[in-house]
Amino acid sequence: MRLKCPLCGDRDRREFYYYGAEDYLHRPAEGAPLADWDNYLHLRDNPAGMTRDLWYHEAGCAQWLCVTRNTVTHEISGVKLVAERTK
Amino acid sequence: MRYSGLKVITQGLFGNAGWTPAWRDPAPKAEYDAIIIGGGGHGLATAYYLAKNHGLTNVAVLEKSHIGSGNIGRNTTIVRANYFLPGNSEFYSHSLKLWEGMEADLNYNVMHSQRGLINLFHSDGQRDAFVRRGNAMINQGDDAILLDREGVREHLPYLDFEQTRFPIYGGLLHPRGGSARHDAVAWGYARGADQRGVDLIQNCEVTGIDIANGKVVGVQTTRGAIRAKKVGIIVAGRSSQVAAMAGMRLPIESHILQAFVTEGLKPVINHVVSFGMGHFYISQSDKGGLVFGGDLDFYASYASRGNLPMVEHVMEAGMTLMPMIGRAKVLRSWGGIMDMSPDGSPIIDKTHIDGLFIDCGWNYGGFKAVPASGWCMAHLMATGESHEVARKFRLDRFATGHLLDEEGTGSQHNLH
Ligand SMILES: Cc1cc2nc3c(=O)[nH]c(=O)nc-3n(C[C@H](O)[C@H](O)[C@H](O)COP(=O)(O)OP(=O)(O)OC[C@H]3O[C@@H](n4cnc5c(N)ncnc54)[C@H](O)[C@@H]3O)c2cc1C
Ligand SMILES: [Zn+2]
Repeated sequence: MRLKCPLCGDRDRREFYYYGAEDYLHRPAEGAPLADWDNYLHLRDNPAGMTRDLWYHEAGCAQWLCVTRNTVTHEISGVKLVAERTK
Repeated sequence: MRYSGLKVITQGLFGNAGWTPAWRDPAPKAEYDAIIIGGGGHGLATAYYLAKNHGLTNVAVLEKSHIGSGNIGRNTTIVRANYFLPGNSEFYSHSLKLWEGMEADLNYNVMHSQRGLINLFHSDGQRDAFVRRGNAMINQGDDAILLDREGVREHLPYLDFEQTRFPIYGGLLHPRGGSARHDAVAWGYARGADQRGVDLIQNCEVTGIDIANGKVVGVQTTRGAIRAKKVGIIVAGRSSQVAAMAGMRLPIESHILQAFVTEGLKPVINHVVSFGMGHFYISQSDKGGLVFGGDLDFYASYASRGNLPMVEHVMEAGMTLMPMIGRAKVLRSWGGIMDMSPDGSPIIDKTHIDGLFIDCGWNYGGFKAVPASGWCMAHLMATGESHEVARKFRLDRFATGHLLDEEGTGSQHNLH
């Protein structure tokens, strides 16, 4: 599997560290109810198909990437910098 | 048909023409007292113990493919009870005792072989952790023996003791640990459940869960609707999708775990050996193949195959530990879909929907759990109460903070 980093280009999967589902971008505000923290830390849609998850370009530009990916075929259809994400 | 040594001999003399199918192939009925979704090891064991321990025989197991086509037939067959945390410890201890009586109970040869399992350690800190784990195992009534470097050398002379990267300091020997024939476990429980009247319905995929007024009333399947007041979801890597049919979101992310087997060799590895530092474990099957594996591929996946970086990593770790295996040819590799929970421990619990139960989150360690999981899930479905050895496997433990993080690696699914 290869990931196309927007800054570094097409790179081997071994350069990246996988963190988990995009849910990690939606950190609850301080003082949010416990259910929100449970959702954020533990509960997942976990689709068989298209998903969005976070990868860190550890052996490259050290950017966090949001990757759109098919979990059944391993096909990657989009990679964006988390830093440039529109809120 | 009851199996015995005499049967094998007489059948052999008459061309093996007299064997009958090990279970029936019934059509689904319109209604059952209980439905189990998933004909893997855990689902079949649950059905067996529902019938045997609780007299509930109007039960169906619905399997989308054929019995044993999931992870029960894809794992590396290690059976052990070397857990540390209260909650896990008594559960796996109970499971190992059930393994020890399984063949007699099921009248089925599952080739359970208590050949001993050795976990290697490579630093003083790791030794201390293993001493502590060994004590926990002994306190639980199981067995553990601390081996120093020379002690390990006596058992496993072929390891590379001189390596500089992870020098071998010793190992924790668990004599009652070992392995079993994975398919046979599924077949044994399937046959046992069938003999007690359970309907095993293959090629029957559950596509919906019917709920009325907060209570489960049945399921939709590719072979029609089936009614039941009790439904158990026991589908390993597919847990999230089946739970979503009931509107639930689970603390599960699915990941691929790969395994490898070499060509058949003469007996060379006597034990199950695990090399935690290099993420590698190995044993030899009764057919002679070296069976080994390592870590997850580390990213969410539903492909029943793995990717090459992990293949390379596993081979490197194997070569570091026992250079002699470089001479063996790898015959096959494959992957299974693991339902990874964020603390590495399983869930056996009721859901918020009346009559709907779930048994999932076995990560990559659920083979050894098959008998106790079935035992406890059956107890829960029959009585409505958690069995005492599974009472910590709560679905809400993440929300309440009662985690069972055996490895101490935090709440990231892929790190367990
Ligand atoms: C490579 C590998 C090595 C492993 N090594 C070990 C080991 O050494 N020791 C150990 O203890 N554990 C090990 N495991 C883990 C162990 O195999 C699993 O935890 C365990 O098998 C999972 O439970 P199961 O047997 O019930 O799952 P499965 O056999 O996967 O059963 C689930 C069943 O549900 C069915 N299903 C799914 N969705 C539906 C639906 N909608 N309708 C109907 N049926 C459905 C599936 O077809 C499947 O047959 C390993 C796993 C793998 C992949
Ligand atoms: Zn980059």
